[in-house]
Parts: sequence; C-alpha cells; structure tokens
Amino acid sequence: MAGSILGHNSIQRRRRLELIVGLIVLAGLCLLPLVVKDVYTQNLIILTILYAGLAQAWNILGGYCGQVSLGHALYFGIGAYVSTMLYVKLGIPPTLGMFAGGLVGGLFALLVGWPCFRLSGHYYAIATVVVGEIGYLLFLNWDFIGGASGINIPFKHESLVELQFRVTKVPWLYLVIAYAGLAWIIAWIIEGSRWGYSWRAVKDDVTAARSLAVRVFPSKMAAAAISGCLTGIGGAIFAQFVGYIDPDSIMSGNLSILIALPAVLGGVGTLWGPLVGSALLIPLKELSSSYLGSSGSGLDLMIYGALIVLIALARPQGLISLLGLFRKPEGAR
Amino acid sequence: MSHLLEVDKVSKTFGGVAANSDISFNVHQGEILGLIGPNGAGKTSLFNSISGEVEPDSGEIRLDGVRISGRGPVVCARLGIARTFQVVRSFDSMTVLENVMVGAFARTNSPGKAMKKAESVLDFAGLSGRVDTPAHLLSPPEKRRLEVARALATEPRILLLDEMLTGLTPTEAQAGVQLIRDVRASGVTIIMVEHVMEVLLPLIDRAVVLHLGKVLTEGLPTEVVRHPDVIRAYLGDRYAAA
Repeated sequence: MAGSILGHNSIQRRRRLELIVGLIVLAGLCLLPLVVKDVYTQNLIILTILYAGLAQAWNILGGYCGQVSLGHALYFGIGAYVSTMLYVKLGIPPTLGMFAGGLVGGLFALLVGWPCFRLSGHYYAIATVVVGEIGYLLFLNWDFIGGASGINIPFKHESLVELQFRVTKVPWLYLVIAYAGLAWIIAWIIEGSRWGYSWRAVKDDVTAARSLAVRVFPSKMAAAAISGCLTGIGGAIFAQFVGYIDPDSIMSGNLSILIALPAVLGGVGTLWGPLVGSALLIPLKELSSSYLGSSGSGLDLMIYGALIVLIALARPQGLISLLGLFRKPEGAR
Repeated sequence: MSHLLEVDKVSKTFGGVAANSDISFNVHQGEILGLIGPNGAGKTSLFNSISGEVEPDSGEIRLDGVRISGRGPVVCARLGIARTFQVVRSFDSMTVLENVMVGAFARTNSPGKAMKKAESVLDFAGLSGRVDTPAHLLSPPEKRRLEVARALATEPRILLLDEMLTGLTPTEAQAGVQLIRDVRASGVTIIMVEHVMEVLLPLIDRAVVLHLGKVLTEGLPTEVVRHPDVIRAYLGDRYAAA
C-alpha cells in the first residue's frame, strides 16, 4: 500500500505544504494594492481579511477545541473599548492599545470560561449567548465609556504608531493581513502541537480524551484565552479602522454570529475554512447592505440562513472539504 | 508479596442501586485477569472506578501501594492505567495515527516523539497499513485495535479491556486474542471484561466472578466455571446441582 510507504512523514508533509500555500496566499494578498486601486473594493477586502482573522480566532476555540461560542462579540467589543479608551483618554497609541485590548479580551474569555466550560455542548453555546448579551447591555448603560452614544475617535494626524491613516487605505490592508496572518500561523502552530491534539480529542470525545491523560478543563481554558485574545486585538483594529464605536455596532449578538459564521461556512476546525468562508460571506454582506440599504438589513440575515442550511445539508465539513473531492479518500479500499 | 493493583472493599451506588458493593481482589504483575459475570454484575462500573472515571463511595484502589481511586482519569492514566471502552470511542475527526498520538502525548510534549511512538504502537497492533486513514472509516475490529493501540501509547502498566472481543467474528476474535497475548508479552498487565467465555477462558490466568455487584468467587478459570454459585448466577438454580 502506497499510504504506508509515504505514511511515515505524511503529517509533516501535509503541514509543510500548508505552510507553503500559506506563504503563497500571504504574498498574493500583499500584492493586492498593486491591482486594486478602487477605494470601495479596498475597503471590502480589508473587512474580509479582518473577518478571516476574527473567524480564525473563533475557530481556535470553536473549531479545534469544539467549544461553540456565540458570544465572541464580547471579547471583540472589550478589545475595541480598551484600546479606544486608552487612546482617547490617556493618549496611549493603539499599536500598544490593541495588545492591551487583546490581553483584556483573553482575560474575559477565561472569566467566561471558568463557569461556562462546566457546561457541555449546546448548553455551553447558550451560556455564551447570554454572557454576550449581558456584556452588550452593561456597555450600553455605562456612561464612562460613552454608553449608547459610543465613542468617537478623533482624527489628529496621519500616524503609523497611532494607526491613523486617511490618505490611503493601503496601510489598513497590510495591518489586517498581518493580523489574519498572525491568527493563521498561531492556528498552524497549535495544529501541530500537543495542545492541538488534546483540543481535537476534547472536541471528538471527552471521555476518551480524559482516559488518555488529556486535561479537559485546562485545554478549554487555554483555547479560550488564545481565542479571546486574538478576537480582542481584532476588535481594537476594527475600532481604529472605523473611527467610531458603540455597543450596537461592535457588541451585538449579530456580530457574534458574524464572527463564527465564516469558519462554519468555510470549514470548522480547518486552517483555511475561516478565510474561504469570509471571502464568500463578507462581500456578500457588504454588497447586500450597500445595494439594499438599511431595508436590506434583514435580507442579508436571510442569505446567511440559507447558506448555513445549504452547507449543513450538502457539505457539513464546510466549503474547504470540496477540495477533498478531487482527491481519492485515503481510507478508501 | 505486594500486588500491582489492589481493589480494597470498593463500593459504588448509582441512585440507590448498588453497582459494586464491598469488592476486594488483587491483580498480580504480568497476569491476564478476567472479570466475568452476567449483565449488570457491575463489571463496567468497577472499570470506571479503576480508571478514575468515577469515584467509589467507599473503599480504595491502589496501584503499587499508591491510592488511585477518586483521583480522576488523568492521574490514573499518568500513573499507568489505560483502558478501552465497551462502546468504541474513537476521535473521528482524526486519522488513525493522530488518534494514537493523542495517547502518546501523555508521556511527551514533542510531536516528533509522539509520532514515532504512535507509529511503533500501530505497527504492534497490526494497523500500520491504516496509519493515514480517518478513524471513522475503520471497520469495527480495526476500531477495537485502534483503541488498544491508543491505550498502549500512554505506556500503561495495566490495560483494562472492556468487551474488546464482543461482536467480532470467530476469526476476528482469534486475531484479537493474539493481540492481547502480545500485549501481555510486552510486559503489560491486563484486566479484561468479556462475555464470550469460550474465547476468554483459555486466555486468562485467573478469573474474578462478579454477581449483583459482589465478588462471587475468584480462582483459575477452569475452577470458577465449575463453581456451583457461578452456574447458578448464569443459568439459575436448576442447573447448579448438575
């Protein structure tokens, strides 16, 4: 059997190949500004890549570790608020502030995980919805951080350190590429490490995992911390990008779904699922809302719904699994 | 002489039903011990106590004199208890090799070492041709082998096999028996629960018979099957005199 001869290094070979493909995709994305000059399209690409990073952050907890969180807007919002408050009130530049936002986001993911990871399956997902809503309501009524009217980030001057770019969108593009790249490489490293194996074991069968000395609760907590931290950083970048934040735009339940959806659509627990999913979903969302205006805000949700149903029925492993159709399944006899 | 594993007056009730009451027996280094008894005798409950999945209400289980009962499955696995499950539990999103690597990571942090260990264990278990196969595509007997390989990758001192041969064809069962013999020859002590007596009896060194949560008798396999209490437990009073 060919599989056994090549089998010796099959995992390493696959990982090396993924890394090469990753570098090619990275190079391709970096060259985009040379081709795409139109500001509207650039804007669309920036959002798509940002969401690819966010979805990868979600995927680390929801995909690899199997803990489906529908409250990630909380960590996103916290990251956004922390970096924005540090910038607006204390003048600390967002290049530092986003890491503070990530840190606090990760910390909150641990705080949420501490009670919620005692629940399993659907109950965990429901708990995260509730926690996300609580966070949204608290921020909505917290005057110190602007309450429902939000915070405006004043534009002072063009600055790399303070992430203030008005002349061109290109720096944003490179920033979100760096962000999504970071999320991707973290996922890649985890996938090949002891943690990755433990987390996937926890996802597949908790009882069997425990019997093999996998510490289940710490595994979930570690996944949550990394996921929450990356999501917080993404929130900080988004806040700086749009220049204005309020609880409705960055902490609503809709956003939690929008963070999770690309990964689900593209392929849960895969390296490329989040990017593939956002490349389809985010342009769809932006185009539908710009063509249909605010009256179309319900319609994009209907489109998501239809997509989810379609994927769930036809390819439960996500769009990325379509690639597998061209390959002979290795287990076939 | 001290025993490898001591089960000392272990009791466990679930909602008023005594699954195990006052169970005591010892396991010797290097033996294959059969745990037999009719359905509901408390065999799997006892396995769950030994592997740390549940905590006994009273009594103690010691490995090499060290208490392991009530310390959880992770500690038990680290100390050298590994198990398979009555209903096969494979990690279905992973390949065969990856499944076994999860077990190998119990002893190392290095992915390279875990992979080498997993490969050698799979070779031992006769699954080297299926290394890259997704676990969910394996046949039932292959899945049983995968569970054994995964458990062995944790480098156990004692392997608990829960109905590993049940539901296999006679040929598959014979192959399974050979695997169990090989495992024992590699120095791992085995405790096995099994219903298929004709396969089990020639394989085991000693048997402990459980009935209604209690130890009915223990001894050589040929002796215990002739024991009147055992016949009564399996077949009813009418056959006990025969």
